[in-house]
Amino acid sequence: MFHLQTLANGIVLGALYACLAVGFSLVWGVLNIINMLHGSMIVLGGYLTFFAWQGYGIHPLVALSFVALVLYCVGYVTQFLVINRVVNEPVLTTLTLTFGLDLILYNFMTVYYTATPVRVTLDLGVVDLGGVVEPVDRLLGMALALVLTGILYVVMRGSRIGRAIVAVRMDRTAAELMGIRVEQIYAITFGIGALMAGAAGAVFAMVYPITTNLTSTFLGKAFVVCVIGGLGSVPGALIGGLVLGMIESFAGQFFGPQHALTVGFLLMLVLLVVKPTGLTGIKGYE
Amino acid sequence: MSAPILVLENVSKNFGGVRAVSDVSLSLQEGEIVALIGPNGAGKTTLVNVITGVHSASEGRIRFRGADVTGQRPFQAARRGLARTFQIVQPFPRMTVLENVAAGALFGGGHANVRDAMAAAREQLEFTGLTPFADRAASALTLAGRKRLELAKSLAMKPGILMLDEVNAGLNSSEIDGALTLIRRIAERGVTILIIEHLMKVVLSLAHRVLVLHHGQLIAEGDRNMIVDDPRVIEAYLGEKFARRIKEALSHA
Amino acid sequence: MTQSMRYFLFAACVIVLASTPLWAGNYIVRLSITIAMYSALALSWNFIGGFTGYPSFSTAAFFGLGSYAGALSQNAGVPVILAWVLATLFVGVFAAVLGSIILRLRGHYFAIGSFGVVEVVRLVISSWGSLTGGGDGLNVPLVTGEPNVVAQTFLAVMIVIMLIVLAFTIAVDRSRLGFGLRCIQQNEDAADMVGINTTRYKVYAYTMSAMFCGTVGAAYASWTGYIDPVDSFSIIMTVKVPVMCLLGGAGTVFGPILGAAAFLLLEEFFWANFLEYNRAILGAVIVVLIFFLPGGLLKVRYRDLFARIRVRSIQSRTAK
Repeated sequence: MFHLQTLANGIVLGALYACLAVGFSLVWGVLNIINMLHGSMIVLGGYLTFFAWQGYGIHPLVALSFVALVLYCVGYVTQFLVINRVVNEPVLTTLTLTFGLDLILYNFMTVYYTATPVRVTLDLGVVDLGGVVEPVDRLLGMALALVLTGILYVVMRGSRIGRAIVAVRMDRTAAELMGIRVEQIYAITFGIGALMAGAAGAVFAMVYPITTNLTSTFLGKAFVVCVIGGLGSVPGALIGGLVLGMIESFAGQFFGPQHALTVGFLLMLVLLVVKPTGLTGIKGYE
Repeated sequence: MSAPILVLENVSKNFGGVRAVSDVSLSLQEGEIVALIGPNGAGKTTLVNVITGVHSASEGRIRFRGADVTGQRPFQAARRGLARTFQIVQPFPRMTVLENVAAGALFGGGHANVRDAMAAAREQLEFTGLTPFADRAASALTLAGRKRLELAKSLAMKPGILMLDEVNAGLNSSEIDGALTLIRRIAERGVTILIIEHLMKVVLSLAHRVLVLHHGQLIAEGDRNMIVDDPRVIEAYLGEKFARRIKEALSHA
Repeated sequence: MTQSMRYFLFAACVIVLASTPLWAGNYIVRLSITIAMYSALALSWNFIGGFTGYPSFSTAAFFGLGSYAGALSQNAGVPVILAWVLATLFVGVFAAVLGSIILRLRGHYFAIGSFGVVEVVRLVISSWGSLTGGGDGLNVPLVTGEPNVVAQTFLAVMIVIMLIVLAFTIAVDRSRLGFGLRCIQQNEDAADMVGINTTRYKVYAYTMSAMFCGTVGAAYASWTGYIDPVDSFSIIMTVKVPVMCLLGGAGTVFGPILGAAAFLLLEEFFWANFLEYNRAILGAVIVVLIFFLPGGLLKVRYRDLFARIRVRSIQSRTAK
């Protein structure tokens, strides 16, 4: 029973992590850009959801779509105007650029929202399944996370845009020769990344307190998930998320919660050296 | 006859399930010009990669000047005197032509400091006719110029063996003639040359010996006349008509 | 500007910096110490990031390890300067070992790995409470003396460290090692083929980029008298230092110093006047830097810069 609870916690956590990271993974895999804004976008999504709920009484499930849309626009515009200019520059340039943009976003959020933690508390009670106890809002969060990830997967595989994105990821030049407007695809992909971040933020806001201090934590988790699971694919993010969730849950159980993070990072470092392509073997760019 | 400068004994290279090089044994005498021909995908570049340590041999031994160099890494091969050029040229794009060649002199060629290396580099630029371009960025050269730069850089490494991987790809007729002259002059300096080529005109005019690779195996070895007559080579690579034309050309020569 | 002019100008600036205790107040002296400190850090980063082109974000790890190594040595009774030397050696060895593993990665993976090092080291130090005091931090025996004299001393110390790293930079810049590192930066595979032992050279560069961060960290610990994991392993520092180097001109000799000074002066100005938005402004500085100064301040040809701004605005108009 003891381990079953830890396992269940791990799965719930894992689903949330997968949803958190899938947008980041997509952007990295397709554009070869590490989006340092990702963590802040998640937090922004969370804040928007909270204030929609608190200020206008909009239920987070409804607000989620709006928040996702808003973040999509933010992402699209940012990519189109700013990031598209440096897509082919070396790592240091793009990394520093997105870091700089993140500082701006972070600062504005801190000033506007302050660092007080906010959370959408939906009093949904607790569920007991044969000894394993989970709060319902967390289960709801997990379900939403999986649904969102699933929707992204379907879109990527089934829609024209999705196929175009995959084509650009595989071979940018070939995709261009086939008439795909790569710059637009880049903007759409980044927009989708932002959208998923915002949606993840909305989900998180229902489950955990959100504060600007969490931006780097979220970003760090996204890295680890990508390295574990492999880049640029939804299944990769799912696997990576679940593995990280499990590891943190069990490490927290056996070594204490403060070490859960360390174990995650250590695993990432080890994997980077041993198998940087992750468990699914899909390699990003270098 | 002195000991061969390069010996390969039963060298094979597997990539997963693919046997790119299969049980190849050959030896090169010092001062020879040997051509390595064969259809695309035969394993010619892979063989050169194995010799220079870019890939490790799955089986077999490689001896250079008597020493066993089978497990060597590329930089060690370079320092020992095993130089090679690339099909797709690899310069240092933001460095000048002079600096590019100096890199070869400084590391492969073992010069002690940057100044000596630059001086040695100037000599090689002179030899390859690149002196007017000495201070241009390497990325600003034409393709023919960049191929010459590769040659100059390799020469600066004081090579015992120079392996040329399709050095004429993408060059027009007069540029090829220029390259041929240069290669002959390099051979005159005593450098052993292994040249991977598709252009039979180059092979026939330069090579003392020809090695034919097909599906990773050495299917034939001999001088030009032998090769052109060999039925296996004709089937695998040359084709009947072409072989006849070459034979005619050779008999007129 | 000729070589000797450049050296002369630099010497003049150092003299101005070193003399601040004589003519300026506490605030300016502290600022000078910070400038010297970050110049040393930026010059260190330049070895791996500028010359070799590997985007390392490990500066905070080395700085923090150095400060803890120095502090622990001092607490164990080791005399101050020897403690700094020990810290330098410790961090150097750590980097050499770490480098031989992590330098196999390239590009993004290397960047993340180097970030991860900071996190892991910080978490290890935080958790090892018995040795390091954990989250509560560590006290270092304070250097006794009148505050002004102490400040002067540490200004001198930081300037000396900066000059040492500069000396190394100049030596590397002219040497076979420097040439080889530049080759690695421009085409690592070609560098290998030309006879450069790339692994060894990269480890040298990484070790050099680390050692003196350790020295600075140890000296900093002695100066402030108290260190804790959060401040010693600061993510902001680990990102600021490469940005400073980029700002001045990565891969040049004086660029890192120019960049550090320019950055810190900008930061002081914005902190003083726009405290709330100082991070956003830092971010804006970075964005501007990336777009308009890709080679850093030292590599700008100012005529070309203005021409480029005009061309960009024309392009964006005609692209409509």
